[in-house]
Amino acid sequence: MAKTLLALDRRGFVKAAAGLLAMTVMPSGLVVGNAWAQMPRSTKPETFVTLVQMSRDCYPHEAVTDPYYANAVNVLDEAARSSEADLALLEDGVAKLDAAAREKGGTDYKSLPNEADRVAILEALGEADPFFQKVRSNLVVGLYNQKNLWPIFGYEGASADKGGYIERGFDDIDWV
Amino acid sequence: MPAPYDLNDDSVVVIVGSGAGGGTLGTQLALKGIDTVILEAGSRHETWDFINDEWDSFSQLAWKDKRRTSGDWRVSKDFPNLPAWIVKSVGGSTVHWAGASLRFQEHEFKTKTHYGELADANLLDWPIDLAEMEPWYAMAEDRMGVTRTNGIPGLPGNNNFKVMEAGAKKIGYKEVHTGRMAINSEPRDDRASCQQIGFCFQGCKSGAKWSTLVAEIPKGEATGKLEVRPDCMVLKIEHDASGKVTGVVYADKEGRQHLQKARVVSVAGNSIESPRLLLNSASSKFPDGLANSSGQVGRNYMRHTTGSVYGIFDKPVNMYRGTTMAGIVRDEARHDPSRGFVGGYEFETLSLGLPFMAAFLDPGKWGRDFSSAMDGYANMAGMWIVGEDMPRADNRVTLSDEKDEHGMPIPDVHFDDHENDTAMRNHAYKQGAAIYDAVGAVRTIETPPYPSTHNLGTNRMSEKPEDGVVNRFGQAHDVPNLFVSDGSQFTTGAAENPTLTIVALALRQADHIAGRMGKGEL
Repeated sequence: MAKTLLALDRRGFVKAAAGLLAMTVMPSGLVVGNAWAQMPRSTKPETFVTLVQMSRDCYPHEAVTDPYYANAVNVLDEAARSSEADLALLEDGVAKLDAAAREKGGTDYKSLPNEADRVAILEALGEADPFFQKVRSNLVVGLYNQKNLWPIFGYEGASADKGGYIERGFDDIDWV
Repeated sequence: MPAPYDLNDDSVVVIVGSGAGGGTLGTQLALKGIDTVILEAGSRHETWDFINDEWDSFSQLAWKDKRRTSGDWRVSKDFPNLPAWIVKSVGGSTVHWAGASLRFQEHEFKTKTHYGELADANLLDWPIDLAEMEPWYAMAEDRMGVTRTNGIPGLPGNNNFKVMEAGAKKIGYKEVHTGRMAINSEPRDDRASCQQIGFCFQGCKSGAKWSTLVAEIPKGEATGKLEVRPDCMVLKIEHDASGKVTGVVYADKEGRQHLQKARVVSVAGNSIESPRLLLNSASSKFPDGLANSSGQVGRNYMRHTTGSVYGIFDKPVNMYRGTTMAGIVRDEARHDPSRGFVGGYEFETLSLGLPFMAAFLDPGKWGRDFSSAMDGYANMAGMWIVGEDMPRADNRVTLSDEKDEHGMPIPDVHFDDHENDTAMRNHAYKQGAAIYDAVGAVRTIETPPYPSTHNLGTNRMSEKPEDGVVNRFGQAHDVPNLFVSDGSQFTTGAAENPTLTIVALALRQADHIAGRMGKGEL
């Protein structure tokens, strides 16, 4: 994972993510929002939506809406713009997921209604699979390092500019 | 002659590294009137440059140069190129450290005597003992402003501490408090008191935490006898025909190489870089590396037996508020083999922000089990286990066949847990969970060791030259004007965070070097 962490240019990621905030991926898989149409992208629209669903299946949080997952996927999409190998990894990987979904009687991965069925496909793919590794490890920073996602988890971020917590509740719990 | 110094000035003491060992030694030598040059691989980032953001700060401060790993430790699987989480910046890892300042216990200087022969462990008694170190510990504590020493009050406990304290007392632990911390609980030494910012690991933005960057080096520089040269990566130590060192070759920011002449050289680059430098300084006279006639350079790499326990409760904790290491439980620090292992360990509170929690809680894990733990972030309390690990000859830093941009071989860090380490960690996981369970945890999580912050032992101190690399003053057994001044000189690791001991040894070493120079012996 260290390689991923160190290779990731967070500033570049934030810049890319900012353009996507207006986008919403509907449960049906339909992508709506102005930003979507304006974004240059490398993956096919269906591939992008599948990667968003896969990202949610890796780290499912009810309180986190799709645009946050889409921001993370966009990091991969952006990298694939300049790398045919990266693009092939994503497209081929999604094709594998869809093929596995069809074996389960579905039309494709993103349309399988049960999370357990989708997770079983990811598990069958295996953690060592380069496609799975790419998508999952990208989320560690690509999802959880989005500053506007932190309040959902109750994390307040920088505090020095607010004078720290010495007057703001560093010892405010009374339940122990 | 005042700083800055000429490359050809062979009267200077050259120190490689500006952290707890090098920064303290350089400052103390300058205060004694000795011309000193510190060569620091990293850049100079001051208090106001620090960033309250985990990844941005990591980019700014961490030692990110590629390293390799091998062995059965999980760090090697999860972070194959990042064995250690340490700093490349003026001040070294004192910029990143949490501030825990504990003296070693008496038996920890004499582990071979107290623990006996342990299979697959390369135990050795230090050539010094606690009685000899006590005055130096006292000097270090005063200098660093350690709480609960010198009449300095303890820091107030934050939420994370309150949870640990209540649980620890419920299960019968007695020695529970907000620690001995080199963080000002009241203004001292021209530095402010702690504002409970959190982000201790990212560089203290209030200046309350002692570091060589804010509390030592400026005093050394004020004497005009200390030059700290940043962005200088030392590649090789040169010696003459008699075997005395004469200077060091370093690469500057642009990659240009220079030779800085020296009267004395001290190596203080942390326990991965220090042996790397000595091994890379091999010559026809020292074919196995400088100061390595014992073959011990790079061996006995220790990283403390670590791990974390996080407890999730049904009410908020907001553990990230306030000092990262906000308190300690010391009851398990004793040596008591009835627990199934030798040596002991400490519990210290620890918190991570959400981004680092995602990266370190259980690296590589995914799915509902992981994400539900993350959902509990606000209600989480955390503690770190830090215990003595066993030195092993094959746990070692070696030069790999891959080279960096200067042509210097990158280091490989090999580590296998000793069965004593594993037994201790499992005991600590169980006790840590019991602490949180006692105050109503709905879930506890065992988190594996992070990349190493306490890197120790790779140039160890020994009475006999055949057992180690340096003598009781950190002077190389093989080379009279070469010293080691960082944690790599530790013979064994003890249960305590190493910085106070590194600083105490550096103060003692400065006294020794100045005395020897005064007598014309160096």
